Amino acid sequence: MSILLNKKSRIVVQGITGSAGSFHSEQCLKYGKGIVAGATPGKGGKKHLGVPVFNTVHDAVSAEAVDASLIFVPPPFAADAMLEAADAGVKLIITITEGIPVLDMARVKKDIERRRALGQEIRLVGPNCPGVITPGEVKAGIMPGYIHKGGGPVGLVSRSGTLTYEAVWQLTQRGIGQSTVVGIGGDPIAGSTHTDILRLFEQDDATKAVVLIGEIGGSAEEEAADFYKRHMSKPVYAFIAGKTAPPGRRMGHAGAIIEGGSGGHADKIAALKQVGIHVVDNLSEIGETVARTISAAQTA
Amino acid sequence: MKLLEYESKDIFRAYGIPVPPTGGVIKDAGKLPNAIKKAGKGPWVLKAQVLAGGRGKGGGVKLAKTPKDAREIAKKMVGMTLITHQTGPEGLLVKEVLVDKASDISREIYFSIVMDRKSGKPTIIASAEGGVEIEVLAKERPSAILKMPVDPDRGLEAYQGRRLAYALDIPNDRVLDFVKMATKLVKVFLDLDASLVEVNPLIITPKNELIALDAKIVTDDNALFRQESLAERRDPEITALEREAKEVGLSYIALDGNIGCMVNGAGLAMGTMDTVSLAGGSPANFLDVGGGANEEQVTRALQIILKDKKVTAVLVNIFGGIMRCDTIAKGVIAAAKKVKLKLPLIVRLEGTNVKEGKALLRKSGLAMEQADSLWEAAQKAVAAAGGAR
Repeated sequence: MSILLNKKSRIVVQGITGSAGSFHSEQCLKYGKGIVAGATPGKGGKKHLGVPVFNTVHDAVSAEAVDASLIFVPPPFAADAMLEAADAGVKLIITITEGIPVLDMARVKKDIERRRALGQEIRLVGPNCPGVITPGEVKAGIMPGYIHKGGGPVGLVSRSGTLTYEAVWQLTQRGIGQSTVVGIGGDPIAGSTHTDILRLFEQDDATKAVVLIGEIGGSAEEEAADFYKRHMSKPVYAFIAGKTAPPGRRMGHAGAIIEGGSGGHADKIAALKQVGIHVVDNLSEIGETVARTISAAQTA
Repeated sequence: MKLLEYESKDIFRAYGIPVPPTGGVIKDAGKLPNAIKKAGKGPWVLKAQVLAGGRGKGGGVKLAKTPKDAREIAKKMVGMTLITHQTGPEGLLVKEVLVDKASDISREIYFSIVMDRKSGKPTIIASAEGGVEIEVLAKERPSAILKMPVDPDRGLEAYQGRRLAYALDIPNDRVLDFVKMATKLVKVFLDLDASLVEVNPLIITPKNELIALDAKIVTDDNALFRQESLAERRDPEITALEREAKEVGLSYIALDGNIGCMVNGAGLAMGTMDTVSLAGGSPANFLDVGGGANEEQVTRALQIILKDKKVTAVLVNIFGGIMRCDTIAKGVIAAAKKVKLKLPLIVRLEGTNVKEGKALLRKSGLAMEQADSLWEAAQKAVAAAGGAR
């Protein structure tokens, strides 16, 4: 089992004919099936990378029964692409695009919440994220596929791309596979939070432990700690980046900023530790820490 | 990007939001007589235009009762280094001073609009106890703070404005004025793609007039493509080096330490800084070379890191994903040769084709140390930079 995506997923790529969309779609297709269609206005009726391209997401949904969308559309048009996918009834929208105005995300979030309240099944992951991979089955994103190991007991959820690769690689090198790896993105308003993904991992039989990677800014990690305390039975390991970041500066990610005395590193660590989450201080020791406790649990 | 008080007030004025009569900003004390003439009858307030809070306590806001007082204050203020709790010990140079007509105050209110990350909605934060530091108030007496989410498409509804007005105890005959003012402030927030619009304090005068006595706007850099008037503005907060990096597509932030860091990805870049610090060293910068990390980007990144003269060692930490390690190694070798790197260089590569990448680095003839893990790399960098601090 896995969360969000599996080998039955049928994905449409919005912006498949653009340079980033084309390059990464090809990599995804090499990793496994999953992408069955593309959507680019004006390119309908053509084939790209061996899959049919449609003018609209609605056309892709009716012709190819897609249930997920992967978005590589440039920032000025990305909100519209998400609204289109939502309106077409796509259940999972994964937005890779970086640099989307925050107000656009507020509007997208409002639309998605409205649809949910009406009973539509819909979830957004991202934006500004590496995507989602269920190793050994399907890759929908820009992460390097080979660093992952399929069929494993550890789920990962992270606000950062390369930091996730680092953690995944440490696990894979120690022979520990991953159930699903989810990049929720580094923007201030995210479609899915750490908490949303923890909830899915808690319900997933294949996932036995979770690695949570956070960073400074906002309060998503504190909320995840609260969720863990109330609803989680599986062990969670956390690493939070940004201990040395100065306040008031955006550390690359739009969401990674310590504002008005909140979003700081120490508060997040304290909140996580207080509820019993294993906090890893040294980034290089994530894999080792998980390996140690997993083997201890197996021998016990 | 943060706007200065007078820039924010100019925007307020254009939206019909009441601000005090002003004489404008002066860049030298000689221009003061004109400014006070324009502002009208005294007394006046002279306010240092720097991007930091706590100006009053630091001596950056002064009341002048007579033209002579105003001249003396202006002479001292223009060119002073203002230190507040937000500037750090080095302070900020005051280049411009705003000259406003002083207002009589009977009450101060706190009013701001922020983008609330959790709910994903623009949210009004207000308190009947204005003129204070809102962060302090939030910690000490959270019940004194009102929060009201606003629809990102429709803005403030009139009934929401009225609820706020009554909760803030606005005088009955001014409730409609307050609703108008709050609606316009929300409109500024939405129109400008702001992440913060703050009025602290919003005052009520003895004649029951409502005035935005101070103004602060922070805008969203991601929206600059559709904010033409802001796009041309230079961000005064970033250093020349940071600006240079930005122009070539690098995300760079200067820090105080001596170990230059070059990393791909913002999260890993922060994680690398933290690891250097954990190993007893001190990072000189945050630098994200981006996902590409090709020869050109690596060269530019090295050039920028080396312009910081505090740097005594360089740590390169690249996780090769789609971009393979052998390609990255070639980039690092070419860049190190091109910039004639003399400082100790520690490289940690991981990911696709890592063996080939490491072999290329070994054979390059460049003086460098390689590391297998980030922890090892950080320890080597700290040793090369002259040991732990």
